[in-house]
Amino acid sequence: MTSRREGSPFAGLSTIALKEAADHMNSIRIHLVMVLVLLTAIGSVYAAIGQIKATVGEDQFLFLRLFTTAQQPLPSFVFFLGFLVPLVAIALGFDAINGEYNRRTLSRVLSQPIYRDALLTGKFLGGLLVIAICLLALWLLVTGLGMLLLGLPPSGEEIARGLAFLFASFVYAGVWLAVALAFSTIVKSPATSALCALTAWLLFTVFWPMLAPLIAGAVAPIDPLDPMTAVHQIHVQQAIARISPNTLYGETTLALLNPATRSLGLLFADQLSGALMGAPLPFSLSVVLIWPQLAGMIAALLVLFTIAYVSFQRQEIRA
Amino acid sequence: MTTVIEARGLIKRYGHFAAVDGIDLTVEKGEVFGLLGPNGSGKTTTILLLLGLTEPTAGSISVLGLDPLRRPLAVKRRIGYLPDQIGFYDHLTAWENLAYTARLAGLISKEADGRITGALGRVRLEEVANRRVATFSRGMRQRLGLAEVLVKKAEIAILDEPTSGLDPQSAQELLDLIRELAGEGVTFVLSSHQLAMMQTICGRVGLFRRGQVGLVGRVEDLTANVLGGTFRIEVETENADLVKVLAGVRHVSGLTPLQGRRWRIDADADVRADVAHRIVGAGGALHSITMRQATLDEVYVRFFEGENHDVAA
Repeated sequence: MTSRREGSPFAGLSTIALKEAADHMNSIRIHLVMVLVLLTAIGSVYAAIGQIKATVGEDQFLFLRLFTTAQQPLPSFVFFLGFLVPLVAIALGFDAINGEYNRRTLSRVLSQPIYRDALLTGKFLGGLLVIAICLLALWLLVTGLGMLLLGLPPSGEEIARGLAFLFASFVYAGVWLAVALAFSTIVKSPATSALCALTAWLLFTVFWPMLAPLIAGAVAPIDPLDPMTAVHQIHVQQAIARISPNTLYGETTLALLNPATRSLGLLFADQLSGALMGAPLPFSLSVVLIWPQLAGMIAALLVLFTIAYVSFQRQEIRA
Repeated sequence: MTTVIEARGLIKRYGHFAAVDGIDLTVEKGEVFGLLGPNGSGKTTTILLLLGLTEPTAGSISVLGLDPLRRPLAVKRRIGYLPDQIGFYDHLTAWENLAYTARLAGLISKEADGRITGALGRVRLEEVANRRVATFSRGMRQRLGLAEVLVKKAEIAILDEPTSGLDPQSAQELLDLIRELAGEGVTFVLSSHQLAMMQTICGRVGLFRRGQVGLVGRVEDLTANVLGGTFRIEVETENADLVKVLAGVRHVSGLTPLQGRRWRIDADADVRADVAHRIVGAGGALHSITMRQATLDEVYVRFFEGENHDVAA
């Protein structure tokens, strides 16, 4: 019913974002999760270095192997990150809004000369800031560890690919932060919203890869007389799997850190004719390859944030 | 006198339920105005409407000459608000909590620092300024909330149930502070269901019931008017037939026997001296004679007599 409001919706935004970031940096919750991430990261990279040293070969992108090499029983650094980054993001965001309700600080903060927009966006940006700092620190740590223990500097392209990987991880974490934020506005109790977010996390990281083939089998059954139905089923399965941000992130890191990756889907033999198997793609083409995945994650982030935004704007302030 | 808050025909509906059902209200600069009524009678909703935190279904509001819906930031910059059950960030100190809201209010840090120190001194929290708010009692939190209003240099302070849940001493302390600030020209709007406590501090009050303001006026006028300008005198006496003794005494309008030897006399003037004189003159023993001032509680009960409070709540 109000057509126009005066004043900037960004008043107080940086204050809120910085305060949130400072709170996160001081909170035990985040310290715990970060210690977990750090330990697994160092462990997996250390194991990868051992593996790389043992199998010295002519590899143009030795440095990127740091991220992707797995040595039993430890999975690779990338796998760990894909698994644990959502946890960090959820820990940062699951009680963003309903926590304010429960502490009864919401109406007091909103009675300051700021809009609600600033509170929600500030909390989101504060979380993103913490994630960015953590990921950057982690990335530098791994790179430094690699330089020290492998004794060779990364090439320019490896750095570019590494930075792109860093950015993709950041967007991926942003998606999960938006998931947590959305739950924190919709669900009234922080414990419930944490459980909801963790359920979504488990569903997409653990169960989705199992569910996708099942659903695809039901939606697009294979006709034994028509080989194209098999292709169709694989396409459907891939489309379903890509609903999970975990799949998108996995494909993104695969293409970025493994330059030999030429396609993220099916390739027919005739499409490969004339290709030099195992020859690396230039960085720009790898980026083109992952562009849909990256755009998909950014879109998911925006949609989830919009859901949180709309539900927060419609809420009554009184607790 | 200038009007700082003006509401006309304010209505707020949640579905079919009208939390605020056609309220007209004016508050003058520098007064202490009480929004009184039972829980659920629309006080908090009215406050949220004044702050622009909720949109009215119908009606118009003007706060300091501004529309809180159109210019919420300008309004909120000049109003301080203490919500019911005020909450602070427990892991931050009192000082940090105030610094945060001061930054949100757009104060630059140097000026804010001075104001925060001053405000904490005013509410006698300077010694615990660097303690985490988690350790604060309810009374201390309320005072910290008042300090926030001071830091902001708010022209209007809106306090929702400021004394509920406080022990009598803390409540008194808070009321003293409010009185002190009101003396300095801050306009206060207080909401409460503790009518007796508010009677001592409010200049004017609006009595709420079921989303409407039943009565508005100065406390003295309300207590006088609703009881029909009655003076209630209670006497405790022996050996005197009061009915006979008081027959023909001017101003006396009613006589009701109470427990034991006590009687209640309703009169439209202070007739204590006359009554005492007559009882003693008739050979009666007068143990006590007191006049009871009408309280807002009584006003409320009289005014809304027979109302079903469950429905109102």
